[in-house]
This record gives sequence, structure tokens and C-alpha cells, in this order.
Amino acid sequence: MPSDTTSRDTLISIRNVEKHFGKVTALNGVSVDIREGEFFSLLGPSGCGKTTLLRMISGFEMPSAGDIHIGGEDMSEVPPNLRPTNMVFQSYAIFPHLTVAENVGYGLKKQRLAKAELAARVDEALALVDLDGYGTREPHALSGGQRQRVALARALIMKPKVLLLDEPLSALDKKLREAMQSELRHLQRTVGITFVLVTHDQEEALTMSDRIAVMFDGRISQLDTPEGIYKKPADQRVASFIGVMNFLPAQVTSASDRTLGIDVAALGKLSCPQDDRFAKGDKLKVGIRPEMLTIVYDGEKAEKNSVPAKVADIAYYGDMTYYDVVFGDGSHSASVSMRNTAGRPILPIGAMTRIRWGPESIVLLED
Amino acid sequence: MKSASPSLLTYAVIYLIFLYAPILLLPIFAFNDSAIIALPLSGFTFDWFYLLWETEALHQALYNSLTIAIITAVISTILGIFAARASARYDFPAKRGIVGFIMVPLVLPEIIVGVALLVVLVQLGLALSSWTVIIGHVLICTPFSIAILASAFRNLDISLEEASLDLGESQVGTFFRVILPLVTPGIISSLLIAFTISLDEFIIAFFLTGTDVTLPVYIWGQLRFPARLPSVMALGFLMVILSLMLLLTAEYFRRRANRLSGAADTDKGLF
Repeated sequence: MPSDTTSRDTLISIRNVEKHFGKVTALNGVSVDIREGEFFSLLGPSGCGKTTLLRMISGFEMPSAGDIHIGGEDMSEVPPNLRPTNMVFQSYAIFPHLTVAENVGYGLKKQRLAKAELAARVDEALALVDLDGYGTREPHALSGGQRQRVALARALIMKPKVLLLDEPLSALDKKLREAMQSELRHLQRTVGITFVLVTHDQEEALTMSDRIAVMFDGRISQLDTPEGIYKKPADQRVASFIGVMNFLPAQVTSASDRTLGIDVAALGKLSCPQDDRFAKGDKLKVGIRPEMLTIVYDGEKAEKNSVPAKVADIAYYGDMTYYDVVFGDGSHSASVSMRNTAGRPILPIGAMTRIRWGPESIVLLED
Repeated sequence: MKSASPSLLTYAVIYLIFLYAPILLLPIFAFNDSAIIALPLSGFTFDWFYLLWETEALHQALYNSLTIAIITAVISTILGIFAARASARYDFPAKRGIVGFIMVPLVLPEIIVGVALLVVLVQLGLALSSWTVIIGHVLICTPFSIAILASAFRNLDISLEEASLDLGESQVGTFFRVILPLVTPGIISSLLIAFTISLDEFIIAFFLTGTDVTLPVYIWGQLRFPARLPSVMALGFLMVILSLMLLLTAEYFRRRANRLSGAADTDKGLF
């Protein structure tokens, strides 16, 4: 579970940052505060500007406009080697001509430590990432996962205020990636350093982060906790980028101080809490997650909030089954995910059934 | 791998004979116990090598050649480092044109380079000496150095430099702790190639040399005396061995550079 970091102080303050590469705009007015000790993710498709933003925090890119403060200090004149940040590169960037211990101790050389202390600090850092005893190895003899641990140790030994991670898990296979997700999370809590992660993998962002900034086209579309982003996506792009979302067209039929009456295609009329974004007559989209739709089996009581539907396709995942269902007149469809618990048969294609939804799980999205 | 067809194999064998038969004649006649270069062989001898050992003028020529080759190798490699680094890492106006012009001496006939340089040097009033030969040799060796070093610098992952900066090292420190160790094999390879080219080069040296002749110019001078031909053969044999050793060493270091910088060994280079 994400830890509660809402009360913490701001560590990185990014204000109205823009970045233009020639005619291409990579960042278009980004403002965000990253708090002390939080696990913060920049999530978005490739080309959304998330890596550019990370490289600005590290100092490898300079903003075309706007400014970045770290720990209250203006970073505009500070080169990368003098910033309180360290980075885990996507390619890990392990120095191939140095041993693991020399790699990990690279940044400490400037501090002119005694040999024994340097060795102790390196051992400590290696232990932190479960690489005890790997100090004398050559980098080319390491696996991808081990290289990444070396990169982590090499950055963490510097005791930075911020650890920046540029798609650190993208080169690993699925199993290793999942193991590293929880390990990174654990590591972040152990060291208490602010982590800023760049990723295009929504699952990675959801499982690890305290807060996520979802980015599209050089802007932050939404900034929230993983739960907030999943449950209340700000717009259709965020909704479809994070997990799976069914969209159904709808129209506002009535708007009062308290409630909004809407008519949703296939699902019918329903009443929602008042929402400033919409007025009577507006067209909008209703978003609903597949797991928020339920198949009503024979013998179960068909409550209100259920409509007839036909199974159009099935995908069986072992623990789950995904159904594509077509509603009533056939012009609207949705995907429904059902946990395969005992006593729930898998419906065949073509089966007629009823789909039930909870009004509270519906998200209203601007068209 | 598919086996080659017989006609291709024959072609390859003929090609290799054409290429190497003249060189194979060198050791044969270098050890032949006769002043006349003709078959049949008359006997085995080391005399021609002893003769080389005792010829003072040869030693002076060898000394001149080695000095010129070493200085040429160092200068063209240093120039090569700057150019290769610039072309691999930075963008500047007319970059392609500039790099292209630097590489032109690679394909320019040496006799043109030699004559042109001679004219310029005479106009400038510079006396011909080993230094004028060095100028000419640097001109033709630098493109080779750039070609070798550019691949070493290009294969260098930029994130390694960034990682070094990120870990608190300065630009200068990064150059000495990361960049230089990783391109060292390329530098050695460049030094050896430039050295070999300078050592073997004849035309430019012939035009630009003063009274201190280089080894190839000395050999050319000896060809007028038929009696000295076998000892020239012996000298040629020694130079082939030396050149081969230098080239193999250079290639070893070039491949090591590729491996170190993590590049796939698809680029088989010159050989």
C-alpha cells in the first residue's frame, strides 16, 4: 500500500516548465510539486515528455522556460554533477572497464575516503541491493537484473535527496520485473529517499507509486494517487491508458444543485452527483471498468441496474474470464471481467444474459 | 554456412596467389645464396641480413623512418581524437562538409599530395627535412586515425558519460576516468596504423625528404645496384614481418575497443 506522504514538505518544485527542441515541443507548461520521501511516477506513452522532465531534474536538459527548485534551491545554474540527485539509467550505464565495486564506489572517489571506509560503504550499498560478495565481478558477467542492482547501489551510495529512475524495469523479463517492482518499493521505504520514476507501464506505476502524474503531449493530464487515477480518471485518454475502460455515450437530461440526470446508451437513465463540468443537454461519455460490470447468472435475482446482453466473445485467463458483451439492440458493447469462482460456469459465445452495474462505479468523462 | 562452389574457390585461390606470391618471393631470395635474383635457388645463407647489419646508411635511414613514423603517429592520433570526438558527439554548422574534407586525403593520389606540398613548402621557403616529411605523413595518416577513432567514440554509450557526471564527476574527470579508458584500445590501434603507414610510405617521403632519407627512399636508391638486390629483399622481408605484426596488434586493440564499449562485433573493420 502507498504510504501517506500528503503531509510531507515539497522537495522538488517544478514551475511552468517548457522545453522546445527546435520546432518540437517536448514540455508545454508543466508545474508539479514532488514531496519529500514519496515514490513519485511520471507515467505516459513514449514522446509525452516524461523522460525530458526527468532529465531536467537531473540537469542533463535545461528548461526553455520555467524553473526547477530542489530543496528550495534554484537549479537553473547547477550542472548535473553538483545536483543532489542521482539517476538509474535505462541502459543502467554500468562502466564496462570497472569492477562492480569500482562502479558502486565511483561517485565516492571525490570524497577521498580512507580505503577501508570506502570498501565498507561499497559493501553496505551492495548489501542493500542483495549483491553481497559481487564486488570483484566484471560487469559483462552480470545478468540484466544484477546490472540494475549495481546501478541502484551506485546511485544510492551517494545518499541523494532524489533518486531518478528512467524506465528501470523495461529491459527485464516479466517475472523479474514483477519481483523488482516490490523490491524497489521496499527499498524506497528502507532508505526513505524520494524516488522519481519514469515509466510507460501503467501497472508498474500503479503498484509502486505514492502519486502518479499521467502525461500526454508535454502536459500533466492528471496528478493523483494510483487509486484516484484508476477510479476517477480525469479524461478519456487517462481512462483508456490506465487499465481497461468501457466508454458509453450519454447525455445530460437534467441538472439540479445536487444531482445530474443522465441517459446512458444501453444502460438507460441514471442519477449521479452534481458535476460542474456538465450542464443540461451536454453530451458526454460514461466510463465503467470491466470488473465493475457483473454477469447475472440464472437463479440470481435480477436487480435494478441490470440490462440484457449477449455474449459476443470470451477470453479465458485461468483466474479470470473476459467477456465481450453486446447490449440490447446491438449498437453498443462492453467488456466484462469475472473472477472464476466456484459455481460460476463460463458462458458460451452467443449466450443471453443480464449485465449488472453499480451506479457508484460510473465515471463521467467529457466528450 | 554454405560451402563455396568450386569455381568461386578457384577464383579465391588464384586471387590469393596473385596477391601474395610476390611477397613470398621476398623470404625465398632473402635467404638465397646468390647475388642474382633467379631460380633455381643455389643455397641457404644469412649473409644478406649480416650485410644489412653492417650498412651504416641503412641504419640512419631506419632511424629517420622510425622517428618520422612515431612523431606522425602521435600527431595524427591526437588530431584524430579531437576530430572523432567532435564528429561523434557534437553538432556544428557544415559538420558533414568539414568531416568530408578531412577524409579526402584518404583517396587523393599521394603523388598529388606530395607535389602540392612540395610547391607550398618551397614557396614558404621551408628547407626540406624530416619535419616536412612528417607534415606530409600527418596529412595522409590523420584520416585513418579519424576513421578508427570515430568508431571507438561512436560506440561509446553517451549514458556512461552522463552517469559519471551524475555521480558528481566533472567534465574533465569524466574524460580521464571513463572516456579515455574506453577509447584507449582505439587510440593504440590508431597509433599503430599511422605508424605503419608512415613507415611504409614512399612517394611523399621521396618528394619531401631532404638529405635524411627514409627507409623506403633508401631502398629505392639501392635498386640501382643489382648486387645489393638480395639485401633489399632481406630488408623487405623484415619490413613485411614488422608491418604484419603491427597491423595484427592494431586490429586486436580495435576489436577489444568494440567489445569494451559493448558494441556487437558486427563491424569487422579493415580485415
